[in-house]
Amino acid sequence: MSKPAKDLDKRERIVKRIARELRDGFYVNLGIGMPTLVANHVPSGIQVVLQSENGMLGIGPYPIEGQEDPDLINAGKETVSEMPGTSYFSSTDSFAMIRGGHIDLSVLGAMEVDEEGSIANWTIPGKMIKGMGGAMDLVASARRVIVAMEHTTREGQPKILKKCTLPLTGSKVVDTIVTEMAYIRVTPTGLVLEEIAVALTFDDVQRATEARLIPSPTLRTMEA
Amino acid sequence: MNKVVANSEDAIRDVPDGSTIMIGGFGLCGIPENLIRALARKGTKNLTTISNNVGVDGYGMGLLLAAGQIHRHIGSYVGENKLLEQMVLEKKIDLELAPQGTFSERIRAGGAGIPAFFTPTGFGTIVADNKETRDFDGRMYVMEHALKADFAFVKAWKGDKWGNLVYRKTARNFNPMMATAAKITIAEVEYLVEVGEIDPDLVHTPGIYVKRIFQGEQYERRIERKTVRPVVGC
Repeated sequence: MSKPAKDLDKRERIVKRIARELRDGFYVNLGIGMPTLVANHVPSGIQVVLQSENGMLGIGPYPIEGQEDPDLINAGKETVSEMPGTSYFSSTDSFAMIRGGHIDLSVLGAMEVDEEGSIANWTIPGKMIKGMGGAMDLVASARRVIVAMEHTTREGQPKILKKCTLPLTGSKVVDTIVTEMAYIRVTPTGLVLEEIAVALTFDDVQRATEARLIPSPTLRTMEA
Repeated sequence: MNKVVANSEDAIRDVPDGSTIMIGGFGLCGIPENLIRALARKGTKNLTTISNNVGVDGYGMGLLLAAGQIHRHIGSYVGENKLLEQMVLEKKIDLELAPQGTFSERIRAGGAGIPAFFTPTGFGTIVADNKETRDFDGRMYVMEHALKADFAFVKAWKGDKWGNLVYRKTARNFNPMMATAAKITIAEVEYLVEVGEIDPDLVHTPGIYVKRIFQGEQYERRIERKTVRPVVGC
């Protein structure tokens, strides 16, 4: 299913902003869907190594037609390729490196996030059973957790809440929320609005957010 | 010592109704597809399956699911499987979802003689409900129990007649841990070779864990999501 052009533009803005958080030498896990696109915007001059929780470090680009290998997929079950420096390991080794705090950054999507940094993204009781996959381990133990998501639901309802209503993936684990409207830091005193998208005001962002936002003393415009 | 069996049918000859079976693979990658097909043909019922996913319609564990052979399933991710979702909502199957790292470590623990362990994963979520939690150095952890099975069905790329196994790329996934955690581990391989043909330094699963081995009859090796990039012209 292809997304409308407006949504693609939103997603592009979100992943470009997140890519600017990458640093040379980072080992990074990108979640399924929009987070995967962060890989397309790694700043020039730095090297990051992408981890896939099904047992791979050093994910290369999608293969060329005809070179896809059924034994070589990412955690989204897409065919990928290897590159110089790639390594393979078992699922247990993979989660040992995740649980052991060796992953510098985990980027993942969410259905809800709240002002304490709790996140819900794996089930809607009675409606949708998807499973948590590796998300619970990643949010619990990655050094930094960034949520990449659209600011509101398709119906325009806030996704950044005072308290999550769905079963949690992790309690008090999110460090940063990046949406097409804003860059928000989760702090012990609440959600600090650090950056606002071009042409929006603090009130615009607050209206689309259920949780109370605290304007940062250095509040600035989000770089495109 | 003779671990080699003729084929998948012979390999699962004594799997009774009500067995608990671990099945390797992540999505459709690295699944023991011949053993699964044989089990579907045999029609063994009332199974408890332990596998990260449950295949797709008409292939992999989807065959067992559609035939109503699975009574209970333990895994971490069942998205994209509408049939399972429907069966769970209609209470036709009992599903236990575990965080993938916890799931994998529970299997490792099962094979390594560790009855339970503490993990930070899932603390403060419903995964920790009714489980012991404990503070270690100011951080909260959840106690999780080991998983074991009657049988483990694993898939390797190459194996020798003593059951030493080598996996290929991301088809390794859960196979090595599952090989250690069952009473009877059955390995199917794409290439069955003589003892001594595998470089000992490159063995992923030592043969001690493997009771039966055979070369799979047919490898479809289906791809779930083919993604390619365009060839850039010069």
